[in-house]
Amino acid sequence: MNVVVDYGLGNIESVRLALNDLNIDLVVSDDYETIKNAKTLILPGVGAFRDAMSRLKETGLDKLLVERVNSGVPILGICLGMQLLFETSYEDGEHKGLGLLKGSIERIPENVKVPHMGWNSLNLDKQDDLVKYLNNGDFVYYVHSYYAVCDKDLIVASSDYGVNIPGIVRDKNIMGIQFHPEKSSLIGLNILKAYKETIIDEPISSN
Amino acid sequence: MLTRRIIPCLDVRNGRVVKGKQFANIVDVDDPALLGKFYSENGADELVFYDITASNEDRDIYLEFVSKVAKELRIPFCVGGGIRTVDDFTAVLRRGADKVSINSAAIKNPDLIQEASRKFGSQCVVLSIDVKKNANGDYRIFLNGGRVETEIDAIEWAVKGVELGAGEIVVNSMDDDGMKNGYNTELLKMITDRVNVPVIASGGAGKLEHFYEAIDYANVDGVLAASVFHFDEIKINDLKSYLKNKGVSIRL
Repeated sequence: MNVVVDYGLGNIESVRLALNDLNIDLVVSDDYETIKNAKTLILPGVGAFRDAMSRLKETGLDKLLVERVNSGVPILGICLGMQLLFETSYEDGEHKGLGLLKGSIERIPENVKVPHMGWNSLNLDKQDDLVKYLNNGDFVYYVHSYYAVCDKDLIVASSDYGVNIPGIVRDKNIMGIQFHPEKSSLIGLNILKAYKETIIDEPISSN
Repeated sequence: MLTRRIIPCLDVRNGRVVKGKQFANIVDVDDPALLGKFYSENGADELVFYDITASNEDRDIYLEFVSKVAKELRIPFCVGGGIRTVDDFTAVLRRGADKVSINSAAIKNPDLIQEASRKFGSQCVVLSIDVKKNANGDYRIFLNGGRVETEIDAIEWAVKGVELGAGEIVVNSMDDDGMKNGYNTELLKMITDRVNVPVIASGGAGKLEHFYEAIDYANVDGVLAASVFHFDEIKINDLKSYLKNKGVSIRL
């Protein structure tokens, strides 16, 4: 089963609606066993990093997610969900993330308006299945105040906003999207469609 | 490059989109879900839904309509009206809203801005301000859908709201609401000069030029309008082409 991880924060409903448009068979769950048996994982989220991590820790989902992803289960983090994949966040202090991707989450420098809120053009930095339907310069919707500072190798697509904002990151089965594909009209749906075709509809890899 | 946003607004009363002038003379327009879907598919960059008569007994009906509209949208969705507590935030976010707009409750209890931004992030907390110029020429904010005047200065309130954690400011100029004489660019500029979060202009749009003035002169990040879009006096795509030709960064 494809599982949208519900840890009590965020816009699960809009993610679910967009995935439903693409006829993706999924459940929204906070149940340990369901998540343990998931074929693919989606980690959505809007909110504060610290709250999100403490929710995941309370239920032991943090360790479970890391264990499942390390054994090859694909995970897609969206917005805060993507940030949680990284090692550390400096939002309101310093907080440990899931540590699945190398890098940290830092505040967007204040020489631009923060939050970065609105439609920004996406630069495609490297070829990847997730962006196979996109063109350079397509617009996607961002809403965030913190961004990922990470190695260039991880960045599939990015946007300029004072600094270079990683929009899509990927390390094999670990994928993150900083903007909201579920709110980015047809462009966003095309990313999720590519995700469905290349991740969800693929047979389970033994890795 | 980040684009300026064109934002249609649904003022909803008893499950129907309505529109008035200067917060009165309200007429029925359409079904919010139908209108929302139309805007989502026809160039809107975001949709705002205000329950203009939200009251406790209507809470469930209101949430039901939030769900119905959210189902039709594949663009960002901001919901406001009668939001009083962090639990109210949770309820509308769970129904598919991306951002929550607060107004009277934030004036009565400014801590709500802080609590909500700590829990959901400041990008989720939109501070909506109803503003009117008084006899002395000062901009004052109003409570309860424009019914109750306060002594609070609008610009200072916007600054304080941002300090407390609001991630966006919507400025509704009550004198200009529904009048189609243009946005209050003077007021808007005073606010964009003082805060470092997105500011959305609301109230007064009637012609294409009005949208451009608010963006060009007052440097707002988004322009919100209702009647010109609802009654098809201005098509969003026409407005976007016009702005793009003027050199404004726009998503087409």
